[in-house]
Amino acid sequence: MNELTETKNWYLANFEAFENSLNGQKGEPFHQLRKAAIESFAAQNFPTTKDEEWRNTNIAPILKHNFVLPTSSPELKKEDLNSFLIEGFEADQLVFVNGRFSKELSSEYAVPKGAVIGSLAEELKTNPALLEKYFSKLAKPESGIFTALSAAFTEDGIFIYIPDGKVIEKPLYILNITSAGKEKVIVNPRNIIIAGQNSQVKIIERYVSLDEAVYFTNPVTEIVCGKDSIVEHIKLQDESLNAFHISTTEAELGAGSNFSSYNISTGSALCRNTIKVKFIAEGAECTLNGLYLADGLQLLDNHTTIDHAVPNCESRELYKGALNGKSRAVFNGKVIVRKGAQKTNAFQQNKTILLSDEALIDTKPQLEIFADDVKCSHGATIGQLDEDSLFYLRSRGIGAKEARTILIYAFANDVVKTIKIDSIKKYLEKLLAARLMK
Amino acid sequence: MIEIKNLCVKIEGKEILKGINLTVNKGEVHAIMGPNGSGKSTLAQVLAGRSEYEITKGEVIYEGINLLELSPEDRARAGIFLAFQYPIEIPGVSNVNLLKTAVNEIRKYRGEEEYDAIEFLTMIKKKMGVVEMNDSLLNRSVNEGFSGGEKKRNEIFQMAALDPKLAILDETDSGLDIDALRVVAGGVNKLKTPDNAVILVTHYQRLLDYIVPDFVHVLYKGRIVKSGTKELALELEERGYDWVKDECPVGA
Repeated sequence: MNELTETKNWYLANFEAFENSLNGQKGEPFHQLRKAAIESFAAQNFPTTKDEEWRNTNIAPILKHNFVLPTSSPELKKEDLNSFLIEGFEADQLVFVNGRFSKELSSEYAVPKGAVIGSLAEELKTNPALLEKYFSKLAKPESGIFTALSAAFTEDGIFIYIPDGKVIEKPLYILNITSAGKEKVIVNPRNIIIAGQNSQVKIIERYVSLDEAVYFTNPVTEIVCGKDSIVEHIKLQDESLNAFHISTTEAELGAGSNFSSYNISTGSALCRNTIKVKFIAEGAECTLNGLYLADGLQLLDNHTTIDHAVPNCESRELYKGALNGKSRAVFNGKVIVRKGAQKTNAFQQNKTILLSDEALIDTKPQLEIFADDVKCSHGATIGQLDEDSLFYLRSRGIGAKEARTILIYAFANDVVKTIKIDSIKKYLEKLLAARLMK
Repeated sequence: MIEIKNLCVKIEGKEILKGINLTVNKGEVHAIMGPNGSGKSTLAQVLAGRSEYEITKGEVIYEGINLLELSPEDRARAGIFLAFQYPIEIPGVSNVNLLKTAVNEIRKYRGEEEYDAIEFLTMIKKKMGVVEMNDSLLNRSVNEGFSGGEKKRNEIFQMAALDPKLAILDETDSGLDIDALRVVAGGVNKLKTPDNAVILVTHYQRLLDYIVPDFVHVLYKGRIVKSGTKELALELEERGYDWVKDECPVGA
């Protein structure tokens, strides 16, 4: 049998062991959702480059490993987290280690009445009904094999439920740490964010590594933006260069809601982010901004879909990237304006600079418009650092290397500066500068 | 201060400068005039270190060192400043950050201590007065969305901040209305000392009403065909360039 089937069988076999480890949970209704997901997983195949959606991203490097669910979590102390702390950032911090919530490492935080902010595993014990109502509703197992894999092996993740009218002032900083040592682990963080009517919440979902181990992160995040809610979602992936990362984020936007997604990837050997946003009622707005910085042999892939299913909504999308070495990136941005979705405004831009002769970008903006009274635009540019700008800076006494760094920083910061949380913005600017100075 | 000897320069196989000889001493202002395409801007760019040009012959000695061997940044650090004919817009890089980085790199090169934030701002505020720069331009991206006049003013402001020994102004007068010209020229005059020097590259005599040159050279087809004092500029204004061309040696 070929590698694809072997890998599939590997996970199917692991599911039985996983089920057995669940003990009492096996009989719960929630487990039926896992079982349905593993069936869906069994019915699908791992994609190859023959699949249109994966044409430019070969996942063979992931499939050749037999990843296992983490059997243990390393004993971490708060000091171990120091390098991931954000100075001056007033946030409630929720820490997950190898996919499991760590109460000890998380900060103590107040949860407003009626709200839920915490571990999905905990919620599963205390209030499974609420969880079942939202789990796998947006990111359905049949929508992709990695989503199915995630659902089947769901153990933990962040569960956020904000009731109508509540404003969560402090941002929630969700730190996902993987430290696997010699074990080649797969972690499947499963995140659910429900923002009630007229509520507000800001979330930073970050993925980092504590060591250089080979492991696979397969997060799925489902976001429901209720009527007139405001949701900001920052996803920061700066894992080690040996990590693999395939993520799915799906959001549904209610009437008058405002959803902003900032998707920043600088780490991992191979990273694929799929982001899907669907407008389900009028008057909503979304911003999808992204940044990818790659070097060496990294491959960073961003696939976004914005579905204007209803009239009178607006989407703005800006993805920028800088590629060095032999790195590669993929941008595929689909915008669908459905029949009858009049007065849609949809603007999309992708800009990449190639810093070396061997770096490569595959960019594909896809606009599918079935309505006639809309304003839509898209554009993709690929270029190099501007020689005239470099010379100008150097003619002022700034060294060649520094001048390049200044220009790449300015280019990339275009995305970071759109982030509204000031302390996060400043932190990311620093992170960006540090990364470019390397 | 600078001695240009038999400088010959090609770009894309085409010879632009065909043996330039020019000596500028400290305290002097030299104007280089000439019709379009004579090689004036090429000379300015070559002195600043633009790498697209191929130097086929000649040398440039600046303060006793071979200038042509230095990178653009080292030339700037050694005290050469080029005010661009078309200042570059750099989105996302603020004017003040560019200057802070530049000033400190230059100070480091000269073995001086880097400015801290307060020292730097004090210095900058003083220099802004030289060209009546508006505060708001300081935090804006370099030249982005600046008017033509603001861009040229910004060049002279940068010059004031970097305090060069040899300033080369490439058509700084082009595109300026009379008020802006007066401010920009006034700035250059204020920065003039007995220890520095200026090379003005210009097409028109107009600028020379405000910045009075000690010497005027006419560049034509890649050679300096005539040199004189400020009266030469007036004569060019009156008679145009044709008579100089006529005096040009055969074969030029």
